[in-house]
Amino acid sequence: MAIGVKVVSRPGSLSQQMYLPAIAEGLGVTFRHFVKNFFGNVAGMRGKTDIATLQYPEEKKKYPARHRGLHRLMLRDDGQTRCVACMMCPTVCPAHCITIVAEEAPDGRIEKRPKIFEIDELRCVVCGLCVEACPCDAIRMDTLDHAKPTYRRVDAILDKEELLSRGIQSQATQGGVGALWREKVKGESQTPTGAPLVPAGPPPGPTPLGPEQPMAGVDPTRAA
Amino acid sequence: MPVEFFSYGSLSFNVLAAVVKIVFMILGFLMPLASILTWLERRQSAMMQDRLGPNRANIGPFKAWGITHFLADALKFLFKEDYVPGKAHKFLFMWAPVMAMAPALIVSAIIPFGPSLCWGQLTSKIVDGVCEHPVPLQIARLDVGLLFYFAVSSLAVYGATLAGWASHNKWAMMGGLRASSQMMSYEVTMGMAILGSFLVYGTLEPGAIVAQQQHFFDWPDLRHSWGIFTQPIGFVLFLTAAIAETKRTPFDIPEGEPEIIGYFVEYSGLRFGMFFLGEFLEIVFSSAIMITLFFGGWHWGETIDGFLASHLPNWILAVVTFALWTVKVFAFCAFQLLIRWSLPRFRSDQLMRLGWQRLLPVSIGNVVVTALLVLWALS
Repeated sequence: MAIGVKVVSRPGSLSQQMYLPAIAEGLGVTFRHFVKNFFGNVAGMRGKTDIATLQYPEEKKKYPARHRGLHRLMLRDDGQTRCVACMMCPTVCPAHCITIVAEEAPDGRIEKRPKIFEIDELRCVVCGLCVEACPCDAIRMDTLDHAKPTYRRVDAILDKEELLSRGIQSQATQGGVGALWREKVKGESQTPTGAPLVPAGPPPGPTPLGPEQPMAGVDPTRAA
Repeated sequence: MPVEFFSYGSLSFNVLAAVVKIVFMILGFLMPLASILTWLERRQSAMMQDRLGPNRANIGPFKAWGITHFLADALKFLFKEDYVPGKAHKFLFMWAPVMAMAPALIVSAIIPFGPSLCWGQLTSKIVDGVCEHPVPLQIARLDVGLLFYFAVSSLAVYGATLAGWASHNKWAMMGGLRASSQMMSYEVTMGMAILGSFLVYGTLEPGAIVAQQQHFFDWPDLRHSWGIFTQPIGFVLFLTAAIAETKRTPFDIPEGEPEIIGYFVEYSGLRFGMFFLGEFLEIVFSSAIMITLFFGGWHWGETIDGFLASHLPNWILAVVTFALWTVKVFAFCAFQLLIRWSLPRFRSDQLMRLGWQRLLPVSIGNVVVTALLVLWALS
């Protein structure tokens, strides 16, 4: 079968073929936008314009509550770091940006604490795995801020004091449920196996996340 | 001796007046307006697209919506590296920007930008049009005025084509070829579109054409009303062809900055700035010539003109009329920017089809109909 050329007719009225009515309509649309934005902006009525531009250094957009940003270390009730130097986060970190050197904690109930806790924000890929790995709610990325630009690379490495300076007290129960958790769970949920530590909550499966749900422990005054 | 040297009508007087007018026109009108248009284009397009545009540049506390961005741009162009490709034709590469910019400056000599100054009667009111020593506010009053315009403005195509050729870059070369084919095609329509105005006003001299458009709308003798009423189709045709001549969207196939790479791809620094400024000079000039031919030049209708002439001394009248004329030109420049930021680009074959198969027959028909109407009106 020979390849034929199929001529597609392009129907159109004379006014369409002349372009001019459509051009006039298009000019009208852009001119309306221009007039609205021009006079709105000159008179300083920012609310009445359609302008979407954010004048960045003066105006800043608030990050959403679940934004992953600059790290911080959370605090115990007595103001010490919650971190127990368990090495979960440097192990899981795909960028190897967390450095922890452990030391013995003076508090007898806690075995270890970090002597050095450094995060290289230049290497961090902001994946959030460290936060997920942390068993103590000690490291978080909910500062609603981003890593600051620096002139020297070494300035991008945050040490323990700096990470702690952004920290707040966690609302998670300190020390977990405790050593007797099996008995506690048995007593509350009456399950014969007593396996689930998780108390009554949402069923397993994908949990719908609202876009603006505030996270527990997020201080709204720390918005960027 | 000095009295004779500056006496009206002498050669030295005419030369001096011409030099003063040239300097005023270039430094006081064309260059400032074209420079401000480089900023206005970005600001206006931003407003049309719900953005803010350049609003940051300032000289100390003087900000004025960022109008000083054009100074910052000029400064930036000055300090950028002036790169010349190794295998480029040095001489033509150097002169192509000049050849692209110069025609727009030269042809503005024929634009009338105000009523005649009356030498010796500058401070008195000229009521009845009795002016013994008129100095026309027009650099060159040529009887072949509009033919001069066509002759010189068609030289602008050399700037684009030679820039593409001299760059020793095949993409620039293709851009230059596209520019030459487009500009030559639309020049035909442009000339045909203006032919109707020649027939109506019976002259090629822009000053005389403006003088005839003294009434805004004069029925039934349309020959003394604005050109838009006598030649509406001619205006649309000329506007289309003039935008194609300035090589801007929807006819920016020669340039096509984002994708198809234009003839000035190898240019940088101040040489690119000259292409850039030349484009805006062409906008200013094409606006001015459209005002001259179709919107009464510096006339605003007999009521306003008569009021101004009977209340203001001659030199103030000239200043005020010039300012009002500038407003007209500025509005038309803004209209061209509006078109540039509203319409999408034509494809190359669509461009040629529009030029040769649509605009040219319509413009020829317009000339024929106009000629018949003029003949009927005169008989």
